[in-house]
Amino acid sequence: MKFKLTLWRVIFIVIMALGLYSSYIRYFHGLGAATNMTDQFPWGLWIGFDCLCGVMLAAGGFCMVGAVYLFNVERLHPVVRPAVLTAFLGYLLFIVGLLFDLGRPWFIWHQMIYMNPHSVMFEVGFCVMTYTTVLFFEFLPNVFERLNWKTPIKWINKIYPVLIVAGILLSTLHQSSLGSLYLIMPSKLHPFWYTPALPFFFFASAVAVGLAMTIFESTQSAKAFGRQLELPVLVTLGGALLVALWVNLLLRVEDFYHRGVLGMIFKPSYEAYFLWIELILTFVIPITMLSFKKVRISPQLLYLASISAVLGFITNRLNIALIGFETYVGHHYVPKWTEFSITLMIVAMGFALFGLAVRYLPIFESESAHKLEEPEVTVGARVLSHAGD
Amino acid sequence: MSKAILYDATMCIGCKQCEGACAQQNKLPYDDTVAAESVQSAHKYTVVLTKNDKFMRRLCMHCEKPACASVCPVGALHKTANAPVVYDVWKCIGCRYCMVACPFNQPKYEWQSLNPRIRKCIMCPDRLAAGKQTACAEICPTGATKFGERDDLINEAKLRIQQNPSNYLPHIYGLEEVGGTSVLIISNAKVEDYGYPSSAKIGDTPMPEYTGRVMERIPDFIPLWTLVLGGIYWVSHRRDEVAEAEAESKNGGRR
Repeated sequence: MKFKLTLWRVIFIVIMALGLYSSYIRYFHGLGAATNMTDQFPWGLWIGFDCLCGVMLAAGGFCMVGAVYLFNVERLHPVVRPAVLTAFLGYLLFIVGLLFDLGRPWFIWHQMIYMNPHSVMFEVGFCVMTYTTVLFFEFLPNVFERLNWKTPIKWINKIYPVLIVAGILLSTLHQSSLGSLYLIMPSKLHPFWYTPALPFFFFASAVAVGLAMTIFESTQSAKAFGRQLELPVLVTLGGALLVALWVNLLLRVEDFYHRGVLGMIFKPSYEAYFLWIELILTFVIPITMLSFKKVRISPQLLYLASISAVLGFITNRLNIALIGFETYVGHHYVPKWTEFSITLMIVAMGFALFGLAVRYLPIFESESAHKLEEPEVTVGARVLSHAGD
Repeated sequence: MSKAILYDATMCIGCKQCEGACAQQNKLPYDDTVAAESVQSAHKYTVVLTKNDKFMRRLCMHCEKPACASVCPVGALHKTANAPVVYDVWKCIGCRYCMVACPFNQPKYEWQSLNPRIRKCIMCPDRLAAGKQTACAEICPTGATKFGERDDLINEAKLRIQQNPSNYLPHIYGLEEVGGTSVLIISNAKVEDYGYPSSAKIGDTPMPEYTGRVMERIPDFIPLWTLVLGGIYWVSHRRDEVAEAEAESKNGGRR
């Protein structure tokens, strides 16, 4: 096989090289050398983005599994496999991210033996661990199909109802618990973001992002792998996203009103600017767009609306993890280049692994397993030139 | 019974001998450079601050219901019966949740280390076990830092304020804050001026309760939610089975 140097591959190689150098700094010179975290700012970009956002971005898995297998929305069947793949990779990379952030990552297994049931972190860790196992089993049929192993597929099919229920239960628990992590900091987190309702918001936003990410990744992989887009699928997802965004917006407004900060959010302040960015990206732009039928039936516009929503919710979580503490701490936290570099490396690994999986496994062929008449020969060929995107 | 430290800022002369004794007890370096440092860090568990010629000591408050212990996923921090909140380094995975959760920002980190530890005042548990007082209390020349039974110290603090009301602010910091702490502070300057969180800001609710309210629901939530999810699965798939059976009978049993 001849290796062709494309622009994306060059970018990928640069990111990986810088990431490896940063990893060297992290593990051979310590967290102090590799990050701008301090005693005043013990949690930085890696917790804010790699963990909080990473788990949220992987929510498409449980959303699609829930929609298709729990609520029997057959229409969405073609997106289940890519969504489960994204979730599985997302959680694996979340664990990789954790290995960078933890001060003593070689003791990560202590979670399993020195359990503290009062700790939200323990609950998150435990759920993430078990859910990653569940995702592994949900992902396995891809491998078995590829290898043409019939018997293990039958076994998995037998336990599938259990996997589905367990997967959604575990997701509900840890998606919301990520928000509960911050419940113990009422005196530190800015009132725009500290609310007893944090666990509900984290779950609600995970569902919305799950839908938006599925739209994003279907469109994106259709572009990259030259596949036909399933328009009815996107239309269904777009409609659901609009509902999910409205639910999120109403919950947020009710919460602002209930805690008496509704007046405060319109007064310009450092935090208000970040809140505005968040609210505009999360709600104003996508809700306005999706309210038009023209947008809901246009793959391109749906794609833009979902990107806006995803960026909005990412801003929300970064506000909670970073911006919301700056006034309390009294100074700004700006991540070091090595922190960005390692985060970028992890994201790039995600894209590369997704590309490889699509190339070697029947991720987009679940339909053709049912009806054999349309084998997608072109998929493999196209991916070849894009692996590593 | 539960022990405590009473720090009376009005009696403090700023000699910093407590800092030195603490460093010696915990085998930390201490010289003029460290003495000049006015922030707590991984190598300085306690610090005597000066502002407007008044002194104030900072150290771990040893909460009755510590946030750090409740958030630690591996239980590396725990409150002992006689007061100290201690740290088992071999359990620690380095998540730093204790640092973020502590309302007093006491846990510090060895950022430069390749195998970093959480560092904070642990109230000399070995000395306490041997029936001795903490190193800082023992060395204090004026009695500004006093070690004893928590109840006795509370009474003493109240008495001091009562007998000399013009010399003190009428408040014992640590008596009610976050559900009570094993370090009590009386002074004639506001503790907020020295980096302590104000009483109004942290409140009297023990920090673990904020998460406890959610966490305690989980054991009920798991079976309930499983039933709901299982139920939805059953109903939506039962509908398919019924539809299939009906379609079959419409065909008159012919396949």
